[in-house]
Formats: sequence, C-alpha cells, structure tokens
Amino acid sequence: MTWLPDRTLDHLQRLSEHPELPGARYRIVRELGRGGMGVVYLAEDTELDREVALKVIAAPAPPPVEQMLREARILAQLEHPGIVPVHDVGELPDGRAFYVMKLVRGRRLDEYVQQTAGAADRLRLFEKICQTVAFAHAQGVVHRDLKPQNIMVGEFGEVLVMDWGVAGVAGGAGRSDPRTDVFALGGLLEWLVTPRPKPLQAVCRKATAADPAARYDGAAALGSDVARYLDGLPVLAYRESIVERAGRWASRNRTAVLLVAAYLVMRALLLFFTGR
Amino acid sequence: MPEVPLFPTTRRSALSAMRSADPAERARGFETLVAAYWRPVYKYIRIKWSKSSEDAQDLTQGFFVRAMEKQFFRGYDPARAAFRTFLRTCLDGFVANEHQADQRLKRGGGVEVLSLDFEGAEGELQQHPAPDGMTPEECFHREWLRSVFGLAVDTLRRECEAEGKGVHFRLFERYDLEEAGGLTYEALAAELGQPATAVTNYLAATRRRFRRIVLELMGEVDSP
Repeated sequence: MTWLPDRTLDHLQRLSEHPELPGARYRIVRELGRGGMGVVYLAEDTELDREVALKVIAAPAPPPVEQMLREARILAQLEHPGIVPVHDVGELPDGRAFYVMKLVRGRRLDEYVQQTAGAADRLRLFEKICQTVAFAHAQGVVHRDLKPQNIMVGEFGEVLVMDWGVAGVAGGAGRSDPRTDVFALGGLLEWLVTPRPKPLQAVCRKATAADPAARYDGAAALGSDVARYLDGLPVLAYRESIVERAGRWASRNRTAVLLVAAYLVMRALLLFFTGR
Repeated sequence: MPEVPLFPTTRRSALSAMRSADPAERARGFETLVAAYWRPVYKYIRIKWSKSSEDAQDLTQGFFVRAMEKQFFRGYDPARAAFRTFLRTCLDGFVANEHQADQRLKRGGGVEVLSLDFEGAEGELQQHPAPDGMTPEECFHREWLRSVFGLAVDTLRRECEAEGKGVHFRLFERYDLEEAGGLTYEALAAELGQPATAVTNYLAATRRRFRRIVLELMGEVDSP
C-alpha cells in the first residue's frame, strides 16, 4: 500500500473534502477556516455577484436536507443586526449538506479578546451576545453551537453570532431548549472573564448547572444578571453578605461617599481648630 | 489474502457484507475491513499497550480472526459512534483480555493466519514515530486516515492503468502526491509532453475520481 507522509495526507484530505457544488451558482474561492462541524469556504455567488461564506457540514450524520430547509426558512425570519443570516442551504452530490451565509468581515471572538484585556469590556461584549441570542430565543430559535469560534466582532465592536445552520426550533426535532444555549453562554462567560469575583462566579455556576431547570430560563435572564453586575446592582444568582452589600453600595455610589467623607473631614477639622 | 485488495466500486458497506448469509460476501467484507484497519490496529497495540512487535503481530492477527469467528462487529450500532471508534473499543477489550490471560496469547500466538506486511508497518513506525503529545487514540485515527487514503491512491492507480489513463495518474502523482513545491501546470505539461489545457482538465478529472474513491471507501469501512 502507498505510504503517505503527513503533509501529503493533509493535502489529500483537503482535496477530498473540497465540495463539488451542484449547478454553477457558487464558485469556491478558498478555504476560510475549519472546525469540528465542518469547513467554511469563501465562495462567489455568481448569480448575485457577491462574495459569501459557504459551510460544508462534516458531521457523519447530518440532519436531513428537508429539516435543514425548514429550519433555514425560520432562520431567514431572524432579522437582527447581531445575527448572520443563512441565505441558502443545499446538498452536495456526496450527501453532505452545505449552507450559504453572508460573508462577515471582522475578527473571531477568541482572536478579538486577546487584544481586549479589560474585564468590563469583555462583560459588555458578553451582554451584547446574550441580547442577540435572547432575540433568537424570543422567536423560538435555539443556536445549539455557541462558542468563541462562532462569534465575530466587527470593526465597530458590534457582535455577530454566526452558524445558525445547526440551530433548532424550540419544540422541534432534536435538542431545542433555550437552556442549551444558556449552558454554552455560561461556558463562554467563564472563558471570557478570569479570575471572577464571587457574584460572577455564581452567575457562571447557575448558567452551567447540570440540571437545566436550575439554569437561567433563557439568554435574556442571563444577560440581565450580567448587566446588573455591570451596573453595580446585586445579581440574582448570588446572595451577598452585609459587608459585601456595603462594599458594592460604596463602590456604586463612590462620588456620594467621597462627598460625605470630605464633608465629615471638614467638620472634624473645624471642630478641632475652632471648637465649633 | 492479497495485501491490497482492489476495492469494489459498490457503495455497499463492508459491515453489511459481513452480516450477509453468503460466506463469499462475508469474506469480502472481512477482507475489506482488514485491509483498511490492520495497520492502525498494529500500531495502536504497539503504542498504547507497549507490546513488542512480535506480540503486536500476534494480537493483530488474533483480533481479526476472533472478530470474524465471534462476529464482534455485529454489535455495532451506527447511532452511537463511528465504526472506527467501535472497532478501537473492541480492540481495547480484546487486548485487555489477552493481557490478563497471557497464556491464551502464547497458545494462539505465532500462527500466521493473515498475510500482512508487519515488517513494513514496523518500519513505518520506527521511521515516523507518533508526534509528541499525540494520544494513542489520535494516533489510531491518524493511521486509519493514512490507511484509507493510501488504499484510495492504490485504487486510483489501478483504475487509471486499467483504462489506459496512466498519464492522468502520473499528473496526480506529480502534483498532489509528491512534494513538488512551486510546480506549475506549464512545467508539468512540458515534463509529461502534454498541452497545458489537457493538464488542467486531466488533473481536475483525476481529482474528482480520487474524491469519489475516498468517499466510497469511507462508506465501505466506516458506515453501516
């Protein structure tokens, strides 16, 4: 048998994965990236004369094309600036499914955060992700594959949640519970912010609870709790002690605390020097 | 058994063939599976179980013979895992049992049942050891891919030769198999005495054919 060196093997693997697209509408330009779910290519939509992202699903048992089409129609209704829409879905002659998305220019979240060190910035980003996913949940759609590689950050800091091709419709086939996304978002929050203060730690724990019933009931509730933390308010997932509450209150009302402290110091000095 | 069987162009799975009532069909399915899996199995035993080459040869032989006799693979449920994962799990169980009852290995060991090029496989292992940090399971998967793609190349070569398309295969070999960095279609055309347009067309057609062979092979040895 022909023995293949690693480099040749990698090359042949890419060659064999290259999609032979039915019809002439899409022309593959080059590979953009690959992950567990499949390979994304930069493609040219020759009918509309625009560049698109075309993803070929590598899963050994992809959902039937009819199911993908049904879900794609529902996803097409998700009009939100943070959601990258699926334009088209189809099946390759070899049985693999593919879908076509708007081509997004930006950086993947895992690349973006390497340059964004502040915890507060990261939390604001996370809140935007939650708001986007919450919009989908409100429409009855669950993403089911939320991870840093599926989230892009545009040049103005806008968040774009990608890869809705494996999303499920709540109550539809497969695991389509919004709390699946809550779990993934909890993992994302753990990854984004380390180390975490106790309230955030509690938020992560609640989001990633083994029992779905113990989690937030959707991305909106999770996002709201993180927003409360950012606003210096108590989070629902954590019961704080009196000392912690006082510390948080002082931190939130820093100006008032400083003014009162300055007033008290002035009063003390007046009392000391003038006896009044 | 031939070392490299020519894979039939049917999409029928080797696993289905092994469930057939027809002994000839069962034997064909078995040969197909052995051809695709024996190298990864041998190397996995060497790496994961740290067995000597001799013991790994006996265990590889024993595993496939026992699998055929006891019909191990009948219990495969495609809904639970890929066949390659199932086979590796069966292999772990088999080697663990043989490890515990060492006498059994000695009793059955050394009997060459299948004609397999163990010397070649051992040479590959010595010359190209698994990279640091690669788990035995990852190594098994990698070797399985190498085996399937190697067989696909052999099948492509035979199909091209049988159809008098030796130049098609030669193009594929030069451009996609050999590490000929910077090789242009024009240089390839001059080298093989073909017009440049023919090179483009032949290479595209041969790649398409290779893709089909790989997909068929994968279907043969890794799906129900």
